[in-house]
Amino acid sequence: MSSLFRSEEMCLVQLFFQTESAHNCISELGHLGLVQFKDLNPGVAAFQRRFVKEVKKCEEMERILRYLEKEMVKSNTVIAATKEKEMVPCARDVLELESTFEKLEQELREINRNHAALRQNLIELMDIDSLLRMTEDFFEEAESLLTYSEPPSEDSVSMTVSSHITSRRNSNSSTSGALHLSFIAGVIKQERFPAFEKVLWRLFHGNFVLRHAEMQATEELQAVRGAVKKDVFIIFVQGDHVREKIRKVCEGFRASLYSCPKTLYEPKQMSTSVMTQMEDLRMILRRTEEYRAGVLTRAAEHVQEWGSKVKKMKAIYYTLNLCNIDITQKLIVAEIWCPVSDLTLVQSALIKGSEQSGSSVTPVLNRIQTQQTPPTFNRTNTFTEGFQAIIDAYGVGTYQEINPASYTIVTFPFLFAVMFGDCGHGLVMTLFAVWVTSQAESLRKWKNELTDVVIGGRYIILLMGMFSIYTGLIYNDCFSKSFNIFGSSWCVLSMFHPHGPWQNETLHEYHHLQLNPFVPGVYSGDPYVFGIDPVWNIASNKLSFLNSFKMKMSVILGVSHMLFGVALSLVNFVHFRKFQDIFLQFVPQLIFMLSLFGYLIFLILYKWCITLRSETAPSILLLFINMMLFDYQSEHVLLYRGQVFGNNLNDQHGTDTRSSFSQHQKDEMVSMGDIFVYQAIHTIEFCLGCISNTASYLRLWALSLAHAELSEVLWRMVLQVGLKISSGMGSLMLVVLFAAFAVLTVTVLLIMEGLSAFLHALRLHWVEFQNKFYEGSGYKFTPLSFDSLLKTQQ
Amino acid sequence: MPSLLFCGPKLAACGIVLSIWGVIMLSMLGIFFSAKSAVLIEDVPFTEEDIRDDKNPPQTIYGLYNQVGINCFIAAAIYVGVGALSLCQVRLNKRQEYMVT
Repeated sequence: MSSLFRSEEMCLVQLFFQTESAHNCISELGHLGLVQFKDLNPGVAAFQRRFVKEVKKCEEMERILRYLEKEMVKSNTVIAATKEKEMVPCARDVLELESTFEKLEQELREINRNHAALRQNLIELMDIDSLLRMTEDFFEEAESLLTYSEPPSEDSVSMTVSSHITSRRNSNSSTSGALHLSFIAGVIKQERFPAFEKVLWRLFHGNFVLRHAEMQATEELQAVRGAVKKDVFIIFVQGDHVREKIRKVCEGFRASLYSCPKTLYEPKQMSTSVMTQMEDLRMILRRTEEYRAGVLTRAAEHVQEWGSKVKKMKAIYYTLNLCNIDITQKLIVAEIWCPVSDLTLVQSALIKGSEQSGSSVTPVLNRIQTQQTPPTFNRTNTFTEGFQAIIDAYGVGTYQEINPASYTIVTFPFLFAVMFGDCGHGLVMTLFAVWVTSQAESLRKWKNELTDVVIGGRYIILLMGMFSIYTGLIYNDCFSKSFNIFGSSWCVLSMFHPHGPWQNETLHEYHHLQLNPFVPGVYSGDPYVFGIDPVWNIASNKLSFLNSFKMKMSVILGVSHMLFGVALSLVNFVHFRKFQDIFLQFVPQLIFMLSLFGYLIFLILYKWCITLRSETAPSILLLFINMMLFDYQSEHVLLYRGQVFGNNLNDQHGTDTRSSFSQHQKDEMVSMGDIFVYQAIHTIEFCLGCISNTASYLRLWALSLAHAELSEVLWRMVLQVGLKISSGMGSLMLVVLFAAFAVLTVTVLLIMEGLSAFLHALRLHWVEFQNKFYEGSGYKFTPLSFDSLLKTQQ
Repeated sequence: MPSLLFCGPKLAACGIVLSIWGVIMLSMLGIFFSAKSAVLIEDVPFTEEDIRDDKNPPQTIYGLYNQVGINCFIAAAIYVGVGALSLCQVRLNKRQEYMVT
């Protein structure tokens, strides 16, 4: 019977199938997702397993796929989404895919290399082009200043030494005779230029002419090379040694040097040839890019399909590594854990797999008995998944133990709501959860860890919100204001003359007035129909009443929760046939809890039901303490007649149960001393634990008080400021202040308080509830499932 | 004409949510103030003189209640405007998304 009540019954099954049909059978089982393979070769290291080469091949293919995907993202190719499930290929398709991948990778790498080289050439040509244009200007300028110098010779240009275009003719005097100047032209990055100039000055002490100009950054230049700014420079120097030195300096600064034509007509020729070369290169680059885009688009259609195929193959080889291969190399033996109720499904999947592979022999299923503990499998759907996850986070249940998840679906949101109780905040939380649930698929694409957590817990948040609306209506608290739907049971008018003691002067004299319920008409006699009376919202002693109420309510809820936990342990004992534990553990625990805390709850409920004058009402706490101390003095006010008798009875019960804990027998030979000590410790732990756990449930009161107070402070300090302005600007201030109120409500009250209440409700479940019955020492069932594999890939 | 888009998609979505919440909550507050609910007495800006110098006993306080209620309704109307503006921004954002890709 599959349900959430306890984990499924599992069986260990031996599978025998032929080696040829192995791939298909395992892939069918993978699609089914109900089978966990046991490792039959636990002692073998990872690199010694039989199929380790194939696993490596799959990983290599995955690497190539990743590279392809990166290239596609870089060139903005759209990757098509996968279609339906593909059949897994067998071993020969593996080789085919492998060769396709390798070819693709090589092709792509070559294209990229060529592209990079061509681009480099283009950059150089562009540099030369701009250089030519600049030097044209320099030379023309030089020609115009050449008044006294000799006509230009073959391999040197005579120039006047000048460093500014506006400068002087009188520097001609420094040039005596023919100067054989040679020049070096090149391109350097603009940021390096000042340092370059300094180095040259230091080396040559100004015996050179350096001209530089910024290269115009055309759009094409920027697209090809990026936003790096470069300068064109030209140096005129004397002598050959100097040339060598300058060449070395230029190398150091990574400036690219180009040979430049010396006469006036050569630049034009060179310019045209450079232009044609550049045109050619541009065309080649365009073609290369188009080809690359074509290759990538063709691959993009299949890349996801290939990816899932490779993942499945890797999973299959990994699984094959876990199996045993027979000596004859024809038979594969596997051991699997599978749920008993799904055995027929597994059988039909295997038959389908063997039919697909065309083998004649059907696989054999052989169920074997074993003493090993099977894994724990709880069948969940999308709704119960979240709750099972928070139980498993503390500890996966022991095999076939009671699963607390089914009760957690109700008790967890309820305890959360007790600490959160505000119907306004609950409504906002519910609406948020409804939105997340409806948009779950599209929100999963964000791939943020935080959104994944919220999406996984969307049903938990939905239930928490709905329960919070309910407890908010009970606490009568909506953004810290109460609703008066049914008419309050308290009437102030009746306190006035002639019914009651108040006069007109009473109002002027006293700041605080107390409504006396014993004056007729003040209290109608019937409590408010549903929840807390709205009159308490405007009473100044609201907290005294609410604190007492919430504390007692927390104790009642806590003791009920814990008694429920103890009752669940009974169910566990019955299932595991540990009948002696029922008499020696369950019954004493129950009697102890009922006699002490059950009596406390009785006192609380009794005091709530009778009418007492508040000045003389006995305190339950003091009553209880006196009972424990056996302290009965006549002047103490008793809550009910016969209380002394009742207390004595309880004390007797308590002491009796404590002694019976120590009897416990086991089947094996174990020393009695150990058992006695163990049981004594367990007894003391339980008794003290009961008291501390009950007190721990008081956090239900503490957090709900904190939430109510925060909510009230937020209203009073933010929204009320806007409401109290009665002039015309009131509405604008109200608009602004409401926005602030909304933001603070969401961040402080919903997110912070919500997380805090979530955590505390979870702790109450994990510790106080589950330590009454839960062992949690199992291991989780992890079936081979392609669906979950592919989901984690995305 | 310069683009009318001045906030991104997330800010516009927050604006819509805030406006809807504002309209609903402020109009309900307006209704409760007009109904002279006793629970909201501390939010009404009355002073000692209002109570003492009242010629016609609860009418001053009722008048103040009505004033605060009208303020709430005006604020709700402003939020309707803010909501419409945010809706415009959301539509413009969506249109821009289609044009770019």
